[in-house]
Amino acid sequence: MDLNFTAEEQAFRREVRLFIDANFPADIRDKMRGGKRLGKDDILRWHKILHKKGWVAPEWPVQFGGTGWNPVQRHIFDEECADAGTPIIIPFGVRMVAPVIMAFGSPEQQSYYLPKILSGEHWWCQGYSEPGAGSDLASLKTRAERQDDHYIVNGQKTWTTLGHYADWIFCLVRTGTQGRPQEGISFLLIDMKTPGITVRPIITLDGEHEVNETWFDNVKVPIENRIGEENKGWTYAKFLLGHERTGIAGVGRSKAALKRLKRIARQETANGRPLIEDQRFRDKIAQVELDLMALEITNLRVISAEKEKRAPGPEASILKIKGSEIQQMLSELAMQAVGHYGLPYLHDAMDANWKGAPVGPDYSAPVTGHYFNLRKTTIYGGSNEIQKNIISQMILGL
Amino acid sequence: MDFNFTEEQTVLQDTLKRFIDRDYSFQKRRELVRSPEGFSRDVWRQFAEFGVLALPFPEEYGGLNGSAVDTLIVMEAFGRGLVLEPYVATVVLGGSVVRDAGNAAQKQALLPAIGAGELMLALAHYEPNTRYELNHVATTAKSDGGGWTLDGAKSVVLHGATADKLIVSARTSGGTRDNNGISLFVVDRKASGVSVRGYPTQDGQRAAEITLKGVRVGADALIGAKDQALPVIERAIDYGIAALCAEAVGLISALNEATLEYLKTRKQFGVAIGKFQALQHRMADMTVAAQQAHSMMYLACVKVDSTDASERRRAVSAAKAYIGQAGRYVGQQAIQLHGGMGVTDELIVSHWFKRLTLINTTFGDVDHHLGKFSDTLLDAPASQSVPRLATEGGKVHGGVG
Repeated sequence: MDLNFTAEEQAFRREVRLFIDANFPADIRDKMRGGKRLGKDDILRWHKILHKKGWVAPEWPVQFGGTGWNPVQRHIFDEECADAGTPIIIPFGVRMVAPVIMAFGSPEQQSYYLPKILSGEHWWCQGYSEPGAGSDLASLKTRAERQDDHYIVNGQKTWTTLGHYADWIFCLVRTGTQGRPQEGISFLLIDMKTPGITVRPIITLDGEHEVNETWFDNVKVPIENRIGEENKGWTYAKFLLGHERTGIAGVGRSKAALKRLKRIARQETANGRPLIEDQRFRDKIAQVELDLMALEITNLRVISAEKEKRAPGPEASILKIKGSEIQQMLSELAMQAVGHYGLPYLHDAMDANWKGAPVGPDYSAPVTGHYFNLRKTTIYGGSNEIQKNIISQMILGL
Repeated sequence: MDFNFTEEQTVLQDTLKRFIDRDYSFQKRRELVRSPEGFSRDVWRQFAEFGVLALPFPEEYGGLNGSAVDTLIVMEAFGRGLVLEPYVATVVLGGSVVRDAGNAAQKQALLPAIGAGELMLALAHYEPNTRYELNHVATTAKSDGGGWTLDGAKSVVLHGATADKLIVSARTSGGTRDNNGISLFVVDRKASGVSVRGYPTQDGQRAAEITLKGVRVGADALIGAKDQALPVIERAIDYGIAALCAEAVGLISALNEATLEYLKTRKQFGVAIGKFQALQHRMADMTVAAQQAHSMMYLACVKVDSTDASERRRAVSAAKAYIGQAGRYVGQQAIQLHGGMGVTDELIVSHWFKRLTLINTTFGDVDHHLGKFSDTLLDAPASQSVPRLATEGGKVHGGVG
């Protein structure tokens, strides 16, 4: 039993930190610090910097361009990125569709798609949810009908995160109606430039455009864009969901958010004293910090089990539930900390090139929108209620 | 980073589990609770044979040089087994005071005897008005020629009535709440002027109110430096807290397992009640709480051995508060999910619940330790540099699709 990182692991942390300090572009860093909107270019620029270093896909096997890092090293890398406040690597390509292509794709698919995911040439988005298929994903209705060497796809996907930037979408589509709903689903890779695809923004409660509806109207998809066998897509999707939850705890990002919250609470005042001296408020910070301390160790326990090749199982659901609750609580306390300066809504102030005069302290502008935005965390990636079903059924056998 | 137990630790864990399963049944415990001393001296001898009574002591005093992680293994097992014997009082609290502050002669006189199961100790520190503050000592020790004379009252001394010797804190200088001026003395429980009123506690254990009236001890009774005992007491209580955290986690695991079993077997409306989603989600929440409590237990037990007192105290308070909350939740829900059976004396569930409940009020409750932890937030940040402002930036935080 040893909770300390080894000397090698600490040396690795220093190596990562030095690289980030030397290579993280100052303008992107300033946008992140100021809570400004990131553009597609910002996200891709950081992606390409990591790609050049060979670090963009730490979890990939070395033969596909991964790093060969063990789970502890990957965790350290995530922590350092979070602490430095780098943009995240958009997960849909690197962390979601790529593992599926590696596991179930043909050699041709692997050699075509994987290098383009790695380089950032292809931006991917996810076509799973539909208006009638959320938690009950297997009830999806988007149809793909065989026509010679093509599928003709019709239907609607929703919550397509950053679909307006995407070059490709991976979709679950219905190819069969026999048997259980899970049995007639196939996994297709679709070029977003294909005629018949329409992407429409969904504006979320924070006033931002992050997610979309994606419509398919007689979209022609070559058969060779199907992953694995027809009607076996559910198996591949479940495999992907396992991958989606790796790192879902978000411990590094929450640690950075906690640090920021404490900084705000030192600068804000209440009754003429720093807000952090207000015991009622300080105890709330303390409470969420306790939760985060416990989660960090729970996360490390899962990671070290993974390192010893004991596959992370439904424990990932525990990380998802606590991780999302903590993120939400931290954002709520930040909003509370800035007091009435949580009220002003200056939509343009979130643009990096905005030249207007701020209202209130600089750190106050993004916090309320951020709180609104993070309501999604207990809903996406399998809602927390679905996670509790998974715990009940997979861990507890109820 | 290593969350594995060593081979010796795994053997210890198995040995204690086997012993409790075979020789420490709920029925037997029930009889021990009603016995005059409230525990079994045969069991205590058995513990000595296992080596657990010598676990945290140095080898030169017959000990096994164990770490707090070894103590964790013992206490987790004792939690599950609802063990009544005075392990925390004798080995964890009393033993660690002697180990950390005693001189060679005192260690030689006391530690091997504890390890052999021949000597029981109790830490007589808390007083009627102290609540959980460790610097509050009104009991006095006055220099008396070659020795000391002690006067005062000690309250809720765990296993005070069966201890052979008491480790008594007393003020040798300063005012009642001064940090300086507290000293520790070894006092024979049967010494003249010591009166002990033993009683059972709500969870089936034992404690005592102790009065000291003109109790005379020799110069060699002083343990550690005169006036400087507070850090020793803090260290011992922290160690006791880490031990109780492990005991609580053992109790939480036991309650969760029993509740899960009940959900699978108890039928209502023609089905096992575990088929109902309201109860499934409750059980899922209890599972999450148990896992998180488990993590905090590791933190407490690893950090309690830290030489940095502020790091140690922060981790211990964090764990005590957090495990207190988790224990309260799991305990109350375990009773609730057992329905009417949960509130009977017949089921072990209510006994686990009671022990878990009282651990919460021993050595500081959730509010006390949350407050201690919270106050560390007032300390200056470790680095003077402006923290990197991450996470709020960028409107992209992962997503859906």
